[in-house]
Amino acid sequence: MSPQILEKVDNIIDKYNKDSSVLIGMLQDIQQECKYLPKEALLHLKNKLRVPLPQIYAVATFYKAFSLRPRGKHFIQVCLGTACHVRGAPKILEEIERKLSIKSGETTEDLNFTLETVNCLGACALGPLMVVDGKYFGKMTPGKAGKILKRYRNK
Amino acid sequence: MEKIKTLEELENFRDSFVKKRDPNKARIAICGGTACRAHAWEELIRAFEAEIEKQELKEKVDISITGCHGFCERGPLVVIHPQRVFYQQVKESDVAEIISETVLNNRIVERLLYIDPVKGEKAIYEDEVDFYKKQQRLIFGNNGKIDPTDITDYIAIGGYISLGKVLTSISPEQVIEEIIKSGLRGRGGGGFSTGRKWLYCRQAEGDIKYVICNADEGDPGAYMDRSLLEGNPHSVLEGMIIGAYAIGAREGYVYVRNEYPLAVKHIKIAIKQAENHGFLGDDILGSGFSFSVKINRGGGAFVCGESTALMTSLEGRVGEPRAKHIHTVESGLWEKPTNLNNVETWANVPLIIAKGADWYAKIGTKSSKGTKIFSLVGKINNTGLVEVPMGITLREIIYDIGGGIPGGKKFKAVQTGGPSGGCVPESMLDLPVDFEELTRVGSMMGSGGMIVVDEDTCMVDVARYFLSFLQDESCGKCTSCREGIKRMLEILTRITQGKGEKGDIELLEELSEVIKDTSLCALGQTAPNPVLTTIRYFRDEYEAHIKDKKCPAKVCRELITYAIDEEKCTGCMRCLKECPQQAIVGERKKPHQILQEKCIKCGICYESCRFDAVKVE
Repeated sequence: MSPQILEKVDNIIDKYNKDSSVLIGMLQDIQQECKYLPKEALLHLKNKLRVPLPQIYAVATFYKAFSLRPRGKHFIQVCLGTACHVRGAPKILEEIERKLSIKSGETTEDLNFTLETVNCLGACALGPLMVVDGKYFGKMTPGKAGKILKRYRNK
Repeated sequence: MEKIKTLEELENFRDSFVKKRDPNKARIAICGGTACRAHAWEELIRAFEAEIEKQELKEKVDISITGCHGFCERGPLVVIHPQRVFYQQVKESDVAEIISETVLNNRIVERLLYIDPVKGEKAIYEDEVDFYKKQQRLIFGNNGKIDPTDITDYIAIGGYISLGKVLTSISPEQVIEEIIKSGLRGRGGGGFSTGRKWLYCRQAEGDIKYVICNADEGDPGAYMDRSLLEGNPHSVLEGMIIGAYAIGAREGYVYVRNEYPLAVKHIKIAIKQAENHGFLGDDILGSGFSFSVKINRGGGAFVCGESTALMTSLEGRVGEPRAKHIHTVESGLWEKPTNLNNVETWANVPLIIAKGADWYAKIGTKSSKGTKIFSLVGKINNTGLVEVPMGITLREIIYDIGGGIPGGKKFKAVQTGGPSGGCVPESMLDLPVDFEELTRVGSMMGSGGMIVVDEDTCMVDVARYFLSFLQDESCGKCTSCREGIKRMLEILTRITQGKGEKGDIELLEELSEVIKDTSLCALGQTAPNPVLTTIRYFRDEYEAHIKDKKCPAKVCRELITYAIDEEKCTGCMRCLKECPQQAIVGERKKPHQILQEKCIKCGICYESCRFDAVKVE
């Protein structure tokens, strides 16, 4: 763990005035900085906030937004909201899983892609919907999904 | 910006800039909702800016990025004022023509007009479009009129005047009385009387009280709260400040989903602006009343939409609900009296104060007053957000506003109320929509998701979908919810795989009763609803899966096969190349064949065939 990241964690703690009730907000900021929650960052948080580690671990594993493992360079989300589901989202997910040889929630071995599903992004007119690094791709078909992956593969 | 200290100062402030605004000045209003932003939207904005620069029109034409207009199916949407010409699916390449034709010469660009898919008629203005005609956009309509990041736009349309009125001339008790009289009920799912909730919280003992805005909109397929927070955040804030005054709270929280980055951004800006103008902070409008609002971003847990779970999450802990024998209005956040309402409920408050409870109570049905925003999605022509008076029928929403089902398909059901709700079949399309009626047929209002499904949707699969969602989202505290949903999901999965057995339906019903009776919070208590309503109205589909091992909608993978129609197949080799399993064989210009033992039923051949030659059997 580099000292820079610990410094970043310190800054995040200070931003919230060491208020442990904002634990979720702090973890979100760490997740954003590091793309996941590194073990050292959580230990550091424990020491600084004087919050028991099990409590931090419970929060970090309860909420879907957090990951304890490093995420890939590109973050793919497939929306599995009801509207996307009835318009064929499961087939999009399967195609991506097949193309990347990983399951939802996993990261490719080369750390290029992380694939996750999301319950609803509230853009139902675009369904089925996939999001890569925050960019929305609407009205997906399995074929289109494969082509989008290709575009990001060498990026 | 100097803080505004009295109602009079607020009115003067509003008049000072409203007078300067020329209502006849050309204004290009571009929808800035999430769905519109997904279609090369930034390029579109840049193109408008560049064209205005190029034609030296900066003094003559304004551009404003407004909140969501609701008609997400047709984005990006652009409305040209003052004529109010309504253009849809606007692209970068249309920009120069819009400016030279419509903005400068008042001529219509025909190809950008909305064409009614049923009647084939073109609509020039927003209110000519069928999608908007039957709506009553009291809460949501202002989205299209204002730039949500500019507080003066909100003040210009009468914003914060209700707050001024309340703080200068209405007592907290009178405010509560007015809200009770209006008949407003919580829009988040419970449907409890908002005014009564406020009253109980006011009466609760304690000096420190909190108000919370629940913006953790977790229902899949529902996004009205997101669009309100994105498109008109000040209306939500104004409602919260009025509520806090009535209850006697000095601190408030907005708990918003982190999956809604634009909503988070806009509510942040709104809070800052409200502070700068003196609508938040100490001694608001010189009344002696002080109130501040903080934002908390949710961690992506559906159960946190439940009030007690949301409060424990706000305290920085795992979001588990607790029993409610002591109500949160008496002991909520940090064990202090806490009043929680959802985004849409708060947004109704300034309107009720402005127009009066009597006016408001005239809208809607006997027990459900006002309007409700629904997110009309799924297999529907006009996907979008619709605001309608309570009591309107499902048929009017789906056919008159939603434009019916695409592709000439047959309507099958509408799912309301999210994972806690149920499916309403075609025979009940004339049901007037209000809290009681939806509950009576086994569904519920919920937060307002309305997912339309057609003949190609398998109802057993829909039930399985919701249970799989709920299995993931159950917090795990109650055994019946944690284990019961899992077992129900196993049974449903078996049924969709053609391994259903006699007695499965009855077992599902029995498990449902136990889960309903023995779960602590609404997530568990309502979890069986999607299963129970689909069994109630679509029992034949369950039986077809179990007895005949057939999926009538041809969705369940284990029960279907893909085949090629030799008559229709032209032998173009397209599917053969696309198939990821090399399961299709054949020669050019000769009918192809699918090797069933290799086929994984991914559907890619079906999707890629241009001659409809791939059949599902």
